[in-house]
Amino acid sequence: MMKKTYRTQKIAFFFLLVATLLIVIPVGIIVVIIIQKGMPGINWEFLSDIPRKGMRAGGIFPAIIGTIYLVSGAIAFALPIGLLAAIYLSEYSKDNLLTRIIKLAIVNLAGVPSVVYGLFGLALFVVFFKFGASILSGSLTLGIMILPIIITASREALESVPYSFREVSLSLGASKWQTIRNIVLPNAISGILTGTILGLGRAAGETAPILFTVAAFYLPRLPQSIFDQAMALPYHLYVISTQVPNVDEKIRYGTALVLLAIVLFMNLIAIVIRYQLRKKKKW
Amino acid sequence: MRKVKEFIIEKLIFLSGLASIFFVVLIFLFLMKEGLSVFKTISFPDFIGGNKWYPISEPAQLGIKPLILGSLLVTLGAAIISIPIGIGCAIYIAEVAPKKLKEFLKAGIELLAAIPSVVLGFVGMVTLVPFVKSIFHLPTGLTAISGSIMLAFMAMPTIVSIAEDALYSVPKIYKEGALALGATHWQTIYRVMLPASSSGILAAVMLGIGRVIGETMAVMMITGNAAVIPTSILQPVRTLTATIAAEMGEAVVGSEHYFALFAVGIVLFVISFAINVTADIFLHGERK
Amino acid sequence: MVTKINIKNLNIWYGNSPAIKNLNIQILANEILTVIGPSNSGKTTFLRMLNRLNELELSFKMKGLVEIDGKDITKIDVELLRKKVGMVFALPLPLPLSIFDNVAYGPRMHGIKNKNKLMEISEKALKEAYLWDEVKDRLSTSAFKLSGGQQQRLCIARTLAVEPDIILFDEPCSGLDPISTAKVEEAMVRLKEHYTIVLVTNNVKQAARVGDRTAFFLSGELIEVDKTQKMFTAPFDQRTDDYIRGIFG
Repeated sequence: MMKKTYRTQKIAFFFLLVATLLIVIPVGIIVVIIIQKGMPGINWEFLSDIPRKGMRAGGIFPAIIGTIYLVSGAIAFALPIGLLAAIYLSEYSKDNLLTRIIKLAIVNLAGVPSVVYGLFGLALFVVFFKFGASILSGSLTLGIMILPIIITASREALESVPYSFREVSLSLGASKWQTIRNIVLPNAISGILTGTILGLGRAAGETAPILFTVAAFYLPRLPQSIFDQAMALPYHLYVISTQVPNVDEKIRYGTALVLLAIVLFMNLIAIVIRYQLRKKKKW
Repeated sequence: MRKVKEFIIEKLIFLSGLASIFFVVLIFLFLMKEGLSVFKTISFPDFIGGNKWYPISEPAQLGIKPLILGSLLVTLGAAIISIPIGIGCAIYIAEVAPKKLKEFLKAGIELLAAIPSVVLGFVGMVTLVPFVKSIFHLPTGLTAISGSIMLAFMAMPTIVSIAEDALYSVPKIYKEGALALGATHWQTIYRVMLPASSSGILAAVMLGIGRVIGETMAVMMITGNAAVIPTSILQPVRTLTATIAAEMGEAVVGSEHYFALFAVGIVLFVISFAINVTADIFLHGERK
Repeated sequence: MVTKINIKNLNIWYGNSPAIKNLNIQILANEILTVIGPSNSGKTTFLRMLNRLNELELSFKMKGLVEIDGKDITKIDVELLRKKVGMVFALPLPLPLSIFDNVAYGPRMHGIKNKNKLMEISEKALKEAYLWDEVKDRLSTSAFKLSGGQQQRLCIARTLAVEPDIILFDEPCSGLDPISTAKVEEAMVRLKEHYTIVLVTNNVKQAARVGDRTAFFLSGELIEVDKTQKMFTAPFDQRTDDYIRGIFG
C-alpha cells in the first residue's frame, strides 16, 4: 500500500518535471537559435548604417534610434504619472469603493490587448489630436500601455517600506509629503527602478501599438522631430520577415538578436537590482 | 509656502491616482466613437454573425464570425496545451523543485515572458511552421495549430507565475497538517494544496487565456490569415487581433472598413474586460 | 505645579469598539507620569492621542477635550503639535540613515539647512541622550550599526533634536537588556528637568523606579492616578493592588 502511494508520487513528480522542461527547454532553444544565427550578421556596419537596397542590405541604425526615442518618450510620460499613482494607492487611498475601482482599472489596463492600444492611439493621438503618425503619438500610446506595469511595481516597492519609518518621521513633526519624499521614496527607489526598467523592456518589444501610430515601413534617415515618423526595431523585424521577400537570413536573425538583446538586457538589469536589493535590505 | 507646494503635490498625486480610470474610460470612449459608426450600415447581428469578411469589396461584407471562430479556435488550442503544462510547472516550482533550481526556473519563465511577441512570431515562422508543414504533409504550415503552439508559450509565463503565487499563498498549516496526518507530499498537493488554491489557479488560467486572445503579432505571422470559417486546426485562420493589425494600415480614416476594425476592437476590449474583471474577482473577491 | 496637559471627558473608539472611556487627567509640567496596565488597557492609545498619531488609523474616532498649555490640540497644526510633543517608540526604530542624519532629520524637516547649526543641535541632543561619547567619532556610519540600547538612545536624541516640551515614551525598554534599560532610565530621569515626560510601560518595577506619579489603566478606564510611592505602597483601588502585585495582567 505504502509503496504504491510512493510510486504514484514518483510518477506525478515526473510529469510535473516534464511540464517544466517543456517550457524551459524551448525557451533555451529559442534564445540559442537566435544568438547562433544572429551573431554572424552583427557587426559595426549593421548597427550603425541605414538600411539599403530595400532593406536587403545595410544596417538597422534608424530602427534602433527610433526604438530608443519611442521608449524614452513612453517612460517620460508614464513614469511621473505611474509613480504618483502608486504613491496615491500606497500612501493616501482609503479602503473604499474608489480605491477598488482604481485597482480594477489598473488590472484592465494591463489586460487590454496591445492591438487595441494601437487603435486607441490612432483614434486619439493620430486622428483626434492631429499629431499624425509620429513619435509623439507612438510614445504616448506605449506610455499608457506600460502605465500599469509601473504603477504595480512602484506600489509594491512603496508598500514594502516599513510602516514604522513613516510613523517615526511623522512623529518628529514632518509633514506627510516630507515623509514620502525623504523616507518612503529613497527606500523604495530600487523597486521603482526595477518596475521602470521592466516597463522599458516591454515598450521596446511591442509592435502592435506602434503599427498605426508611428512606425515607418522604410525610412532610411533619422527622425527630425517628435512629429516625425520613425522606424522601430520590432516593426522592422516584422516587415523584413513577412513583408519583404528575399531578405538575407543574417539580417533577419541579426535584427531579432538586437531586439532580443535589448529587451533581455533590461530584464537582466531589473533582476540584478532586485537581487541586490534583497541582499542589502537593512530592515 | 511649503504648505502651498505640498497642497499642489497632493492634488497631483490624487489626479494621477485617477489616471488609470481615466485611461480605461478614454480607451472605451474612443473605441465606441469610431467603432459604433459601422452599425449605421450593418446591423449588430449581421456584424457578429455574418459569415463573410470582405471589407474592401463593393459592397463591403463585414461579418466577423470567421474572425471570432478563428480567435476561438487558436485560443482553445493554446489553452489545451498551456493549461496543464503551465499548472504542472507551477506546482513543480512551488512545491517540488529544490531552492536553487527554483530560482533558475523562475528566471527562465521571466525570460520567456520578456521575449517580444514579434520575436516569438519570427522564431515560430522559421522553425515551427516548416515543422508543422512537414509532419502533417500540408500545403502550408501557417495554420491554427502553429498559432496555438506559439500562443501557448505566451500564455505559460502568466499561468505559471500567478498559479505559483496562489500555491505559495496557501497557509502553511494546511500543508503541515496534511503531512502530519501521514499523507505523502503528492497527496498533500493533490488533495489539499490544489483545492485550497483553486480560485487563484482559475484566475491564472483566465489571465493566460486573456493574454492569448489579445496577442497579435505572433498570431499574425504564423496563422496564415485566411478569413474563412475554420473547419480544422490544420488550416490557416485569421483572428480578431490579426485582422486589425493587418488591415488598419490600409483602411482609409473614416471609411466603413476603418469603423468596422474599431468595432472589432470593441469586441476585443469587451472580452478582455470581462476576463480581467472575472479573474480579479477570483483573486481578490474571496478575501473580503 | 503647572498643568501641562489637561484631558477632559476623553472617549476614543476604533470602529465601534471603545479604547478609552471617559478619561479625565492632568499632567504636570516637568514630571514623569508613568502609565501602567495590562495589554489592551488603552495606555498606548492614550499616549498616541497626545501627539495625534492615532489619527493615522482610519477607524479612529474621538470625543472630548485634550489641551496642551491651555490649547485644544485638535485645533493646533498637527506638525507643530508633533514637534512640540516628541515620541520614542517601543522598539528602537532608527531611520535607514546615518547616525547624524537620524538626529538631524527633524530639524531639517522644520526648515534648518545650515550644516553647522544642524551639527550643533545634533551634538546637544546626543549629549542629552548620553550617546555622544559613544558615537562622536562615527556620526556618518549607518544607525543600524549601533547596538539596541544605543539605537534607542539615538531615537531619544532624535526626538530631543526637534526641541519638544513633552516626550512620550511607549515602552521604550521592552526590547532592551537590563544594562541598556538602566541607561535609558537614567537618561529619562535627567530629562525631566527640562521636559514633561509620559512613560507607558509594561514593567511595573520601572514605573516605580522612574515615575513621579503613576496612572493605572484597565480596559480603557483610568482606575487611579497618584504619587508613585503612594500608589505602590497604599493603592486606593483593589484592582491596582492586584495588578502591581502581579496577580493578573
